[in-house]
This record gives sequence, structure tokens and C-alpha cells, in this order.
Amino acid sequence: MSQGASSKKSTASRLPGNKSTKFIPYLIPGILSLAVIIIVPFIWNIYLSFTRWRGVGPVRFVGLRNWQRLIGDATFWKSFINSFWIIVAIVVIPTILGLLISSVLTDVIQKKFNSGSASFIRALYYLPQLLPVAVASIIMGWIFRPDDGAFNALLQKIGLGSLQHNWLGDPGSALPVLMFILIWIQLGYPIVIFMSGLQRVDPELYEAASLDGANWWQKFRVVTLPSIIPELLVVILTATIGALKTFGPVYLLTKGGPGTSTIVPSYYSYNQFFQLHQVGYGAAISTALTIVIIVFSVVFTLIQGRVEKNMD
Amino acid sequence: MTQANAEIVTNQSGSTLPVTSKDKKSKHIRSWGNWVALILLILGAVIMLFPLLILAMNAFKTIGDYNATGPLSLPAHPTMSGITSFWVSSNFPMKFVNSLVISLAVAVMGVVLSVLNSFALGIGRVKGNQWIILLIMLANMLPQESLLYPLYTIFKDIGLYNTQLSIIIIFTVIQSAYGTYLLSAVYGTFPQAILEAASIDGANRWQVLRKIVLPISWPTISVLFVFFFVWTWNEYMIPMAFLMDDSVQTVPLALATIQGQHTMDATTLAAASLLSIIPTIIFYVIFQRKLNQGIVAGAVK
Repeated sequence: MSQGASSKKSTASRLPGNKSTKFIPYLIPGILSLAVIIIVPFIWNIYLSFTRWRGVGPVRFVGLRNWQRLIGDATFWKSFINSFWIIVAIVVIPTILGLLISSVLTDVIQKKFNSGSASFIRALYYLPQLLPVAVASIIMGWIFRPDDGAFNALLQKIGLGSLQHNWLGDPGSALPVLMFILIWIQLGYPIVIFMSGLQRVDPELYEAASLDGANWWQKFRVVTLPSIIPELLVVILTATIGALKTFGPVYLLTKGGPGTSTIVPSYYSYNQFFQLHQVGYGAAISTALTIVIIVFSVVFTLIQGRVEKNMD
Repeated sequence: MTQANAEIVTNQSGSTLPVTSKDKKSKHIRSWGNWVALILLILGAVIMLFPLLILAMNAFKTIGDYNATGPLSLPAHPTMSGITSFWVSSNFPMKFVNSLVISLAVAVMGVVLSVLNSFALGIGRVKGNQWIILLIMLANMLPQESLLYPLYTIFKDIGLYNTQLSIIIIFTVIQSAYGTYLLSAVYGTFPQAILEAASIDGANRWQVLRKIVLPISWPTISVLFVFFFVWTWNEYMIPMAFLMDDSVQTVPLALATIQGQHTMDATTLAAASLLSIIPTIIFYVIFQRKLNQGIVAGAVK
């Protein structure tokens, strides 16, 4: 979110002879539509979190009751603990794997073999990212079907039939399998972004490091990692926001279950909204999630700005 | 996740990966480690590809075949019946056209809105532009379910609930938030000399936008167009809540609907999934060069 357009105190635009106020008409369609589609619903939703409403009929103001209930609600806290694991699956593991894979692709495959095979391998890793999340989830749900799914069949074939399992239906395995599916969906994203960042790195830096006798790990630490910090920060920010908002895979694969073993905040509030018609309570959950996302984004952007300043 | 993940999309043609002459010299010296790295990466790629390969294999099986030999064997009696049955039962051509209309409209309108916003914020430097951008970014940060009830009420009142227009309006605003964020950063660094020359020639703001800013930033704009198209195509939650009638639904919704029917047999589901991903793969092939440029535009900022 750090912007190139620095906010100077003067009211001059970048177009000589034009005051910046003259540009306001260009903002009107954008701000008006933002107000109607985002700002008003956002405030409205906050208001709803202080009410009791069944979705139809009268809206009753109940003060802080929903919020008090939220604090004592074990399922709510469970949903945020699960969010932590979703972040591990969408941010932590793909970012680490993505760093390794993209640097090996750039550093070894592209240089020692050829750039065609590097691009081809990259495209294979990227494939799940292209699919609509709903479709990708349904495909993986199909693979993990308990009775006739491909994964159980594979276990049988390689002699591990005793491990066969209702993967998404067992409280012990549902969350790890969901995490595996999310890693599968996500992995291509950091790889592609990191590789594009690595194309910037001066090859002579690697050569100099090699001449100094640096091994692959040392080159990775000293040359690769520092040069793609901007990309690294962008990936962490966008992927964490995405992870906190995770809905589709949970809705389509586990419905938060079995029990509450895979419940996440988005699904929990959706469930309150549309299955239980507890609109006020659903609004409180989604407002809480929104606050977490905004606080994270602002704090992270501040850190990002500081890191980028230090690099200059 | 879609917002975040599709930020940068790339191609497989290798044109982004320059090979210098130095690379060629050292190419012949491949250590054991290099080969191990290659083999590990290919192994990983096979794991990534495995679900899709299995899916494609079973999409052309009969259910009898599947029950007899399981999901891991090749089809003994290849059939198109799963594909055709989903094609007919979901009215796939109609779902495809619905997705296409919605995604195209959002891409066009989203780009227009992003350009207007960014012109005012990046080049016009309207007072408080940083804060305005942050406000606009709310559209990306808010969890979509928090918007559902208010939007439902608004669109019901103006009679647009259960229409494609409602989805088009909502996603135009949501997508243009990212567009404004990216493009206003680009316009914030737009070459000053060009702007000065234009003002000496006496061009007014609208002329500067149309004749100078638009053509020069066209590469970034076309990348945004493709992103908006693909992201909107892939959306799920809001369309599910807003498009109730079969006649207005999109491709991902059609697949989710049949997945919800628990009696659905494995081969039909595989065929339906395969058919649903074909349009995405085709766009990828068509747009890959454009998306490729997006790496430069989108990676940082």
C-alpha cells in the first residue's frame, strides 16, 4: 500500500497549471459507487452487530449482547485458532517452498539446463492457481472421497491399504488434509512472483559469490533472499489477507466439520447469517474478522514501508 | 484467496527468462546436485499435476468401469457420456455465456473506474490521496460475507437481486479497488516531462487523459483487464448468494450445484469438473502473453 504518489502539501497536481481540486470530478463515479457498495454496507454491518435480527421482520437493538456472547463463545475462538493453521497452509509453507523452488528454478534449472524447462516446470506448479477456487476444491474433494476416492485407491495399490481413511470426515485428519489442499492450491503464487523478482538480480552477484567459494545455501542467503524482499512482503501481505478470508474450500469440502474441527471465521459467520438466521451475531463475527484484517494490513504496511526505506 | 492469488499470472513460453551468453558457457558443466535438483522439482510437479491427471482419466470412464477397476486405471471403454450429461443437465453453454457476460462487463467497467480514480489520485494528486486509496482498499480487505446482508437489502429494494447486473456492479467496485491501488502508483511516477509538454501544448485534463496518459499506460491497463476478467470468472460466494435462478448462474456455481447432490457418481463429477476447467485453460493460453507482462506491472506495487 505504500504509494509512489507522495502527498505534498501544495495543491498543485502533476499536470502543470492544473490545481488538484480540478481533478475531483474524475473521482466522483469511483467514490460514489464505493460508498454504495462498500462503505454503507460496511457501516451497516457494524450496526447489525449491535442488533438482534432474523433477516426478516423488525431489527431490535441489543447493545453489546452479541459481543459479550462472542467473547465467551468457544467456537469463535476455535475458528481463529484454525485461521492460524490456514495461515500456515496458505502463507508460511508455500512461501518457504516457493523461495526454495523459485531459486532452484532460476539458479539451477534456468542456468544449467534451459529456460524453457524452467518455465515449463513453473507452469505446472502454477496450474492449480488458475482454477476457480470452488472448482479446485471440488476436484480435491473428489480425490479424497472416502469410499471410492483416488487417494485411498492409491494407498491400496502401494500396499498401505491399512491407512485408508475418511480423510475429510474424520476430526483427526480433516484439518491437516484441508491444509494440504490449500497448499496445493496456493504454491504456484509465490513461485511465480519470486521468479519474476529473481530476474532482476544481477547474475554477476552470483558469479562473484561463486568465486568467493560460496555454496548454494550461502548464495541463497546473501544474494537471493535480500533481492526479493519486496516480493516477499507483497506475498505475505496478500496471502495472509486471503487466508483470513478463506471460505470456499471450507464451505465446499467440510462445512467446518466434523464438529468444529475445520471451522473458520468466514464460514462461522456465513453459517450464522444464512443457516441459523442470527444476523446480528453473524455480523459481530464478521466485524471481528474485519478488524483483525484491517489491523494486520495497517501494521504490516507500516513495517513494509520501514523495510523498504532501509533498503534504499 | 482469488484476489490475492491471481495478482500475477505468467506463461510457459519462456520469453520472460532471458538467457545471457555467460549462461550458455556454464551450461555444459552440470553437477550431480543439479540433476538431483531437477529430479526433485519434476517429482514435485508430478504431485501437483496428479489430481488433474486422475481427474482427466476418470472423466471419460463409465461408472461400471470405475466401480470395477477404481480411479487409478485407464478407461477401458472411453465414453463422452459424463461430459455430455453435465453439458446438457447444467445447460453448460448458457452458464458459459453468463460467466462470459459478467466477467467481460466487470473487466471493462472496472478498468474505466480504475483509470478515472487513478488519474485523479496519481496525476491529479487530489488532497488526501493516500487516505482515499486506503479507503478504496477496504473493498479488498473486507470479508465478503460481511457485505452480504446489506447488499442483499439494497439490491432487493432496487429490484436488481437475482440479476447479473447486481454481480456486475458489485465486482466492478471490488476489482477496481485493486486497479486503483496499482494504477495510481503507476501514474504517480508517470514521466513529468510528458505532462509538461502536454500542458504547454494547451491540452486540457480530459485530453491529457485520453490522448497521452491512456495510450502510454495501455500495457498496464490491459493487464488489469485480464486480471479482472479471470478473478470475476472465478468468484464464488457473492454469486452464490445473489444468483438464485438457474438461468443467471455461472460456471463455478453449476459445478458446485451438482457436487452438492450427494448421489452424484464419481465419473460424472470428474467429467463435470474437467469441463468446468477447460474455459480457464483456454483463457490462459489466449492471454498468456498479456499476463506475462503483468509480472512486471504487478509484482511489486
